Amino acid sequence: MPILGVHIMQLLGLNNVTTKYGDLTAIRDVSLSIEEGHIISIVGSNGAGKTTLLNTISGVLPCAEGTISFADKRINRLPPHKIVEEGIIQVPEGRLLFPDMTVLENLELGAFNSRSRKSIPSLLDMVYSYFPKLKDREAQLAGTLSGGEQQMVAIGRGLMAKPKLLMLDEPSLGLSPLVVKSVFETIQKIKSDGITVLLVEQNVFQSMMISDDVYVLENGSIILNGQGKELLKDPRVREAYLGI
Amino acid sequence: MLDVIIQLAINGLLLGGIYALLSVGLTLIFGVLEIINFAHGEFLMISMYLTFLLFSVFGIDPYLSLVIVIPVFFLFGFAVEKILIKPLLNDPPLNQIFATIGLGLIFSNLALLFFKADFRTVKTFYSNSNIIFGNYFVSVPRLIAFAIAIALIAALLIYLKKTFTGKAIRALAQQRKAAMLMGIDVHRTYAIAFGIGIAAVGAAGAVLMPLFFVFPTVGSLFSLIAFVVVILGGYNSLLGSLVAGLTIGLIEGFSGFFISPHLKEVVYFVLFIFILIFKPTGLLGKR
Repeated sequence: MPILGVHIMQLLGLNNVTTKYGDLTAIRDVSLSIEEGHIISIVGSNGAGKTTLLNTISGVLPCAEGTISFADKRINRLPPHKIVEEGIIQVPEGRLLFPDMTVLENLELGAFNSRSRKSIPSLLDMVYSYFPKLKDREAQLAGTLSGGEQQMVAIGRGLMAKPKLLMLDEPSLGLSPLVVKSVFETIQKIKSDGITVLLVEQNVFQSMMISDDVYVLENGSIILNGQGKELLKDPRVREAYLGI
Repeated sequence: MLDVIIQLAINGLLLGGIYALLSVGLTLIFGVLEIINFAHGEFLMISMYLTFLLFSVFGIDPYLSLVIVIPVFFLFGFAVEKILIKPLLNDPPLNQIFATIGLGLIFSNLALLFFKADFRTVKTFYSNSNIIFGNYFVSVPRLIAFAIAIALIAALLIYLKKTFTGKAIRALAQQRKAAMLMGIDVHRTYAIAFGIGIAAVGAAGAVLMPLFFVFPTVGSLFSLIAFVVVILGGYNSLLGSLVAGLTIGLIEGFSGFFISPHLKEVVYFVLFIFILIFKPTGLLGKR
């Protein structure tokens, strides 16, 4: 909460987090801090550990060492459904819709948690105000939608869960440039509606442009952290991720 | 001749409804937990003994005993999932197969211990009664069993379609990770799905009791039928299991007359092999 415009609360904090797949260390000693109301990006090449990091925060993967706190509460031993109850929602890479369910059923399942379940009608109105097109597709099976529409359902399903922190894993992957543009506009709108966003993207330039804070992940460790527009000037970033 | 065929079709379809109820639980468990419950037939056997006991000790009618059998078997399945299945979920398939086969062996040997190898049945006033429609006979217990089976399957389909828990079960079957990320408690939902599957086979045992007899290894006979039905129905489609159950009932009715009732297991096995060779995705299967 900003008090007198000076103090901003940390919403999510990772403290020396390490995650392993068996003997293999996928992320090592990662510390980061997300302030309420910001957009934070994690960028890095394939296999750097970005998705692993999100899955650790979501509780899908166990956090081997370190602590994760959310709104001053330790969450790194909670199962995934409890973390959703706390208000951390992940929109996974590849969208992972329920293919044999309708768009409406997919959205309703987003509101499965007890905080959201009772306000499904108003949440649906909110999602349809983001994505008016989905209203016409309500009865269509999610598996038959185009890639862009599927991404709308995936983000909409995440919003149905009343997130305090929305984590988006590669939301622009595999979409046409025009759709990518609208995805980034949506992310900024989500921020302006007061939801904190953690964005993982291979579209480094665009995500740095809209982010308040950027972490660069390489081989499972954070190697750089700074404001998005500042990092864009960093020669290492320009060479490694922007090819200039 | 036409009358004979119609009569056989009636008998077969009525039996097929029970086969469908017997199999939907196996399908549900496989679709959601991706585990093959090799003890399915033995759960049926236990439910038949329970129905037998309720009738012979307390005089409770087999159909009325559903009110007891269904909740008891739901809890039974729920507990078995928590105790035996949950620890094995991330294990290799071979471990899961041995665990459920082992459970079935324990069940059938316990039954042998308590009930001996005798064949037992319940004799109700309607056991041998028939309704006559024109030229056709309809066995009363088969008709009631069929009606109950279809009603229960319909109720299950509606439950899965309309309720939040039902939707969670379907969501888990379709996209496990996304279901987790939407806040669905995976382990609780698995136990509920397993419980429902066992409740369904329990109900099948109860409605079967006035028609059939129970003995400790009766499960293996019905397991075979259930597996043929599940495969014919396309592995993970409940509607497919319903259609396949009715189909297998019809096939049994006709083959019993035109081939020989003693060869019905041979017919199942031949069918089983033919499906696996020519239509391994089943009647309504997609994959």
